[in-house]
Amino acid sequence: MRRWQPFEWIAALRFLLEGRMQSLFIVAGVTVGVGVIVFMSAILTGMTANMMKRILNSQAHIELVPADEIARPLRGGDAVLRLETVQRPTQRIRSIDQWQSIRDRLTREPEVTHVAATVSGSALAVRGSASRSVTVVAVEPETYFPIVDLPGALTEGHARLASDEVVIGTELAKELGVSIGDRLRLTSATGASVNQTITGLFDLGNRGVNLRNVYVALRTGQALLGLIGGATALEVTLTDVYAAEEVARAIQASTGVEADSWITTNAQFFTVMKTQFSTNTSIRVLVALSVAFGIASVLVVSVVQRSKEIGILRAMGAKRGQILRIFLIQGGVLGLVGSLFGSAMGIGSLTIFHALMRNADGSEFFPLVLDWSLPAWAAALATLTGVFAAAAPAVRAARLDPVVAIRG
Amino acid sequence: MADDVLALEAVTKSFAVGTPVEVEVLHGIDLTLARGEFVALIGPSGSGKSTLLNLIGLLDRPTAGRIALAGAETTRLDDRDLTRLRGRTIGFVFQYHHLISAFTAEENVMMPLLVDRGFPDATMRARARDLLERFHLGPWAEQGVASLSGGQQQRVAIARALAMDPALVLADEPTGNLDTRSSDVAFDLMREINRERGTTFLIVTHDPRLAARCDRIVEVVDGRLVSDRPNVATNGAL
Repeated sequence: MRRWQPFEWIAALRFLLEGRMQSLFIVAGVTVGVGVIVFMSAILTGMTANMMKRILNSQAHIELVPADEIARPLRGGDAVLRLETVQRPTQRIRSIDQWQSIRDRLTREPEVTHVAATVSGSALAVRGSASRSVTVVAVEPETYFPIVDLPGALTEGHARLASDEVVIGTELAKELGVSIGDRLRLTSATGASVNQTITGLFDLGNRGVNLRNVYVALRTGQALLGLIGGATALEVTLTDVYAAEEVARAIQASTGVEADSWITTNAQFFTVMKTQFSTNTSIRVLVALSVAFGIASVLVVSVVQRSKEIGILRAMGAKRGQILRIFLIQGGVLGLVGSLFGSAMGIGSLTIFHALMRNADGSEFFPLVLDWSLPAWAAALATLTGVFAAAAPAVRAARLDPVVAIRG
Repeated sequence: MADDVLALEAVTKSFAVGTPVEVEVLHGIDLTLARGEFVALIGPSGSGKSTLLNLIGLLDRPTAGRIALAGAETTRLDDRDLTRLRGRTIGFVFQYHHLISAFTAEENVMMPLLVDRGFPDATMRARARDLLERFHLGPWAEQGVASLSGGQQQRVAIARALAMDPALVLADEPTGNLDTRSSDVAFDLMREINRERGTTFLIVTHDPRLAARCDRIVEVVDGRLVSDRPNVATNGAL
C-alpha cells in the first residue's frame, strides 16, 4: 500500500492480482485484440501512404486545363431553333486563355505551394526504323520540378532540359534501344519535328508513365506542338493534398478553366481506400466489442465471487461509489495493460511481417510507418472500453445488499 | 439516557413475500444498550435475531419504529449518511470471519480506517499493528489471511471490528465456527476490550456457555423480546 494510492485503487489492483489466472487470460485476450488493430491499421496507413506517394510522384495535386469546346446552336432573331442536331466539336489542343494571369493569381493563394505551366500533346518518338507514340510534356525545370521530382527519379543522366535535350522513361529507352547521349526525333501530328539529345532516363515508379512520357523544355514543346507562347495545362500543388477537391472547385468557379484534382482523376484508388478504411473500422468495432464483452464477463464472475467481501466492505462503511469505482478501475486497468502488450505485439509482428514480405522485385511490400500516436490511441481507447465494459458489473457490485451478500 | 449507545423504540420489520402478502418478523421491539454493556442475544433459529442485528447494524431499515445510535436518530438518514455512521460507530464480527483474502492480516485490520479516510497512512498501520500484537497475532501481521488458522482468522476479524474504536460491536455467532479453545480465546479478547475501553458488545449466540459469561441476556422468540435480564453470575464477578 502506497500512501498516494486511494483505497479504490489499492483494492482494485489487489483483486486483479489475486484473481491472477482470470486477469492473465483476459489481458491475453485484450492483447490479441489490440495487436490485431494496431497491426492492421499500421499496414493500411503504410500502404495508403505508399500508393499516394506513387500517384503524386508523377502528378500535381490539381491540373488546370482549358474548358472543353462546345458547339452552341445558332438561334435566329425570332428565337426559333434552326438546328436540330448539335455535334460535339473535336477537341483541339489549345492553350489556356490568359494562363499567365491565372498562374499569377494562383501563386498568391495561401493554400497553393507551386504552380507550373506545361504544354503537352502526343507525338511520335522515332529512332531509326522504330517509333513509339509518346506524350510530350514540355516544362520549365525551375517551376515544374518542385511539383514532379523528375531529377529525383532519374536513374541516369541529368534533367537540365536545354532546348535540344529530352528526358525519357526507362521503359521507352528499352523499347527504342536508346541510352544517354543518343538522339531521338520527335514528330508531332502537325508534321513539325525536332531532334533531341537524350540526357536523362527516369523511373517514376509507374510503368505507363515510364513508357509514354517524354520531357522537353517548354519552348521546344510549344514549337513542336504549334502552341507558341501557350500552355495547355497549369499544374498546381497544395499545402493539404486532401483539400484538392475543394480548391479545384473554387479555382474552376473563379477562373472558368477546368480544374481536375488528383482525387477525381484517381477516383478508383479512393474507392478502394474508402472500402479498406470502412472494413478496417468495422473490424476495429467488432474487436473492441469482443474485448469489452470479455472484460465484462470476467468482472461479472469476479463480482459474484467477491460478493461476500463486497458486503463486508459495505458493512464496514464503504460507500456505493467506492465499490463502483473499484470495479471500474479494474476494467480500465485490464484494458490498459492489455493494450500495452497488444501494441507491442502489433508493432513486433509488423516489423517481422515487413521484413518477410517483399514485392516480386524485392522492394518493400509496404512502408513501415510507426506512428506512435497509434499505440497511444489504442491504449486510451482500450482503457475507456474497459471502463465501459466494467460499468454493468460495477453497478451490480455497488447495488449489492450487504445483508444478502454477507449471508450469501 | 445520555449514555445509551443504542435505543430501539417499537421497532417492527416486515418482509414482502409476494405482494400483497407481508410477513412481520419483528413485532415492536424496545431495547436500549448502555455504554460498556456486554450483552448476549439468544433465541431459537428463525426467531428474528439476525434481522434484529441487521437493523441495529444499520444494514437494513425498520418498517416502523425508531433506532437511535450513539445519540443519533437514524430513521431519517439517507443511505450515504447511514453508511458513514455505520462505518464509524459499529464494528462487525461474523460467524465466518469474512476477511478479504487479497490483503494481509494487518491490511484487513486497517481496512475500516482506509475505507473511511480514503488513503493509507502510517497511523492506520500502527493502529492495526497494535491491535494484532494485543491479540497475539504480531508474527502473522504480514501474512495473507488465507494462510491463518480459523481461530487466528476470527481474532483478525475481531481486531478489524475494533479498528475504528467503535461504540458498539455486533457479533453474529462469533465463535460458532471455532473449537472450544479458540472460541474461549476469542471471547476473552472481546471481554477484555469491553472492560478496558468500555466498548458495548451485542453478541448473538446459540452457545449457552458463552451466554452465561455475558452481563445481560436478551431473548427473542417469534419476533418478540420475551426476556431481558441481568446475568447475576457475572455481575457478581465484577
